[in-house]
Amino acid sequence: MAHAHKLEIFRGAIKFKSNRQKIWGVLILLSIVTAIEVILGIYKPEVLMGDILGMKTLNWIFILLTIVKAYYITWDFMHMRDETPALRRMVVWTGVFLICYIVFILLQEGGYIETVYRDGFIKQDGY
Amino acid sequence: MDRTVANTGTEGKTWGGGNQPLKASYGKLMMWFFIVSDALTFSGFLAAYGFSRFKFIGSWPIADEVFTHVPFIHGNYPMIYVAFMTFVLIMSSVTMVLAVDAGHEMKKTKVTWYMFLTIVGGIIFVSSQAWEWATFIKGDYGAVQTNGGNTLQFGKYETVDGEEVFKRVALDEFAIDTPQERVRQESRTGVWFLSEGSLPPYTVDEVYNGLAANEDLLVRTQNINEEGEKTVLSREESLKQLKRDGRLVVEGANLQVNEYGKSNFAGYFFFITGFHGFHVLSGVVILIIIFFNVILGTYEKRGSYEMVEKVGLYWHFVDLVWVFVFTFFYLV
Repeated sequence: MAHAHKLEIFRGAIKFKSNRQKIWGVLILLSIVTAIEVILGIYKPEVLMGDILGMKTLNWIFILLTIVKAYYITWDFMHMRDETPALRRMVVWTGVFLICYIVFILLQEGGYIETVYRDGFIKQDGY
Repeated sequence: MDRTVANTGTEGKTWGGGNQPLKASYGKLMMWFFIVSDALTFSGFLAAYGFSRFKFIGSWPIADEVFTHVPFIHGNYPMIYVAFMTFVLIMSSVTMVLAVDAGHEMKKTKVTWYMFLTIVGGIIFVSSQAWEWATFIKGDYGAVQTNGGNTLQFGKYETVDGEEVFKRVALDEFAIDTPQERVRQESRTGVWFLSEGSLPPYTVDEVYNGLAANEDLLVRTQNINEEGEKTVLSREESLKQLKRDGRLVVEGANLQVNEYGKSNFAGYFFFITGFHGFHVLSGVVILIIIFFNVILGTYEKRGSYEMVEKVGLYWHFVDLVWVFVFTFFYLV
């Protein structure tokens, strides 16, 4: 079975000679990203502790780096890069859409309950 | 055969059947769909964790203070061990993808070795998680739970490198043990249908007496202050709150109580990492089955190592989930 793998990452900025070489390349990338996460997690630089959109900048960075890792695991380890666009979209968009939906609803409502606990107040008519 | 199969004259046409628009085999496609549904299950769990956390955003435990241990080494090393676990799992993903690659080239010995390494990685990960659980359940300092669901922890200020740092103090170091009547109720000693778990090592009064006797000890609550740290109470306030609200002495964590803070936190920790650990465990079992099939030459005879590819997809997915669990339990 001849399997043609796409051997480029970063939109062609890094090209590998063989699939095996690409695997090691992706491992290095994932290790670097994990190392950055751990170092940031231990030292927690003061600059990144400010709030952006209701969450610490550092937490946004962590989530972003996690999605970067998830992308390379799916695209290169699970060979999503080599699947047809239809299969890729079927799997990715279904997941992304439903996950965004549930995360938004639950976090929004969690935040709301927190304000009720904090202020001890719910707006109502007729009192 | 010819007699029972009707030819429709549409063979080879787009809608004539036998067409594979996704260019993936049935098995791989179904594995992808299983992964999508499993991913949604895990996102549901993690989103529920986020829900509870947002609900108690001002008093949620800080992960760096909970997971600080490394096997065989004493001291405070937050993150290090989970980082190691993450690396082990990513490494086993690499050996798995190398096994798949060797399978494409039909190299049986290489597939065998890479699968073996993957299984070893999986076993190391599951054992690490078992150790992590054991440490979490055992706890280290102990705390007092209050009537209002707060967790009071104990410690004192010490000067380290010219800086005032709050150091936790274990209950064993200051609680004053006094003889008492209370014994554990077991079903064989009293009413046959009533029993209780093991009693806490100290009563709240013994802890209070210990606190009163040690002038430098302070209480730390679970509320997070403006600097993003847990609030430490003044001396009078410490004594007052422990006396007024203290209900139960807790050591370690289980599904009811938790010395690290919100008891919900332990519940989610056990449930989500447990569900993930169960995935890893079943992944190891499936890998072992396929490992033996590889050795027996099943796929060599079949002419394709696609089965290795399918279990590989599952194994990478388990790694993928861990990446998210790692972020949301230990980093964020």
